[in-house]
Amino acid sequence: MPVVDLAHSSLRDLNGALHALTPDTNETHWTVINPRGQHNIAVGLDAPVEVEVEGHVGYYCAGMNKQARVTVRGNAGQGIAENMMSGKVHVTGDASQAAGASGNGGLLVIDGNASARCGISMKGIDIVVKGSVGHLSAFMAQAGNFVVLGDAGEALGDSIYEAHLYVRGTVASLGADCIEKPLGEEHKTELKRLLSEAGIDDVDTSEFKRYGSSRKLYHFHIDNVGSY
Amino acid sequence: MTAQDRWIHTPPRKSATFDDNAIAEIRRAAATGIYDIRGAGAKRKLPHFDDLLFLGASISRYPLEGYREKCATDVTIGARFAKKPIHLKIPITIAGMSFGALSGPAKEALGRGASAVGTSTTTGDGGMTAEERGHSSLLVYQVLPSRYGMNPDDLRKADAIEIVVGQGAKPGGGGMLLGQKITKRVADMRRLPEGIDQRSACRHPDWTGPDDLEIKIQELREITDWQTPIYVKVGASRPYYDIALAVKSGADAIVLDGMQGGTAATQDVFIENVGLPTLCAIAPAVKALQDLGMHRKVQLIVSGGIRNGADVAKCLALGADAVSIGTAALIALGDNDPALEAEYQALGTTAGAYDDWHEGRDPAGITTQDPVLAARLDPVIAGRKLANYLSVLTLEAQTIARACGKSHVHNLEPEDLVALTMEAAAMARVPLAGTNWIPGSNI
Repeated sequence: MPVVDLAHSSLRDLNGALHALTPDTNETHWTVINPRGQHNIAVGLDAPVEVEVEGHVGYYCAGMNKQARVTVRGNAGQGIAENMMSGKVHVTGDASQAAGASGNGGLLVIDGNASARCGISMKGIDIVVKGSVGHLSAFMAQAGNFVVLGDAGEALGDSIYEAHLYVRGTVASLGADCIEKPLGEEHKTELKRLLSEAGIDDVDTSEFKRYGSSRKLYHFHIDNVGSY
Repeated sequence: MTAQDRWIHTPPRKSATFDDNAIAEIRRAAATGIYDIRGAGAKRKLPHFDDLLFLGASISRYPLEGYREKCATDVTIGARFAKKPIHLKIPITIAGMSFGALSGPAKEALGRGASAVGTSTTTGDGGMTAEERGHSSLLVYQVLPSRYGMNPDDLRKADAIEIVVGQGAKPGGGGMLLGQKITKRVADMRRLPEGIDQRSACRHPDWTGPDDLEIKIQELREITDWQTPIYVKVGASRPYYDIALAVKSGADAIVLDGMQGGTAATQDVFIENVGLPTLCAIAPAVKALQDLGMHRKVQLIVSGGIRNGADVAKCLALGADAVSIGTAALIALGDNDPALEAEYQALGTTAGAYDDWHEGRDPAGITTQDPVLAARLDPVIAGRKLANYLSVLTLEAQTIARACGKSHVHNLEPEDLVALTMEAAAMARVPLAGTNWIPGSNI
């Protein structure tokens, strides 16, 4: 149970130690205290370990994560879990802009709200936000699942490709090429799985609406010029 | 026409404003309703390195003997922060060009050619392929706004990382690659549906300015344990400020791409009307580095329309540490080869003018994902051609440097240059030939 105190250890020492972990390490549970909003905490991890950060973090915490399960007990700055490949990142507070940006895999759970451009360019990551998300969330979202239990800001899913969006609350507006789609049983099953993985078992999937691409912008056509 | 008619009607005269190209584009736009998208770089005549000349040594300077006295060409890039800076044998690198825009054999050929002469290649939008890594002894991994194919495993396999903020052909712009080139492999790498028109983002998804970029660079350093040099690439538009901010953000090296730089697919109107010619972008970039005390500490790599060893030598003399080539490398591989003229004509163009790289029908097998066309390019032969071309560029630059009395190509300096035109003198900040006057120097 290593405990790293960032009031006394450097970020480099922390990340270096986490990068040195081998797949068969016995040091599988790390605690980071006094993060004090530092940037780039626990970035580039590639081992099946648990990292608990006790406090607020700055930009890019758990960036490009693989395998690890990172919990932030506090708020997260910009780009939490950006380009995550696998594993899980859990923020108990709120997250700033671009949470889960360009993520390829794994699960990002935000207990509070997320700011603008949550899930921007997502490429396979699953994101569950228990609160609300800001404008241009899931902008150019390519693949993966995006679940919002609260409300979504303006231009949700603008220029979306094949990501699946589920919103329980209101949507201020949909972005270009994003439309509401029927919520079928297969979607409810998928949604139930995502909610369960995020630790939510008391919400009825029927309360959500599903959004996705109308695929009108997949090939440039002059008749759609107003959407570009 | 009778003699009297000649007095009545003046001879036919075409407009300089509405020339053949302008008229053809108006007709094309009227017929299709969409702007022209194409590859390659600016085709209009721009101030360029041809407007500069070297002052060879006579009495006031002492030349070195060609073929007998050494003129070194090596360069180290990225020693500012990285534990493992890159060491290149020649100051000429291969610019970022994606697998997707280029075929697999073309990427392999670039790797083979560059590795043979001790220099680096660069990935591009779409990520790193095993073939590319396997055939490039030094590979620069681009982190692009789209983040297509971006992953930490490849990040750690790279010899350097290049954060692409902009391209010379389209500073501030994204891209549009037509669906013909989004084959299953390309689509899988980029996590896009197969066969769609691919839009590339113009800005990074998770940072919005230099303060953010500084943190982003630190993140990449942390992920790679501070081993790998970090480059920042900008399209030339406001070079003084962009270079200064890249330095402030912590870049180990900066790639400055001028307006003649190529692209896989962008609007023609963008390529021809946005950005600065390479010639005029170098001096303010070097000035920014000098003002910050970082010239030669943060390396400057200049790209955009480099064609021969004289262009290389002129970039170095103006203060660059290295140059990068893209379009010229494709030509060396065999792009636009006159031997394929009949096929180019079948596509409605001619060898030397083919630029519809985004359509994926390249007869040379280079800018295509068509397996039949791609198989035409022998990566071993094409790699050999590229190595030959890079060697010639190096020999030419050395020849000029020796004539200026330099034992290393980096010893070339602005004092070795004069300009043929006032415009070039003002832009490159070297004297007009035969004078000691640099326009604007007393302002």
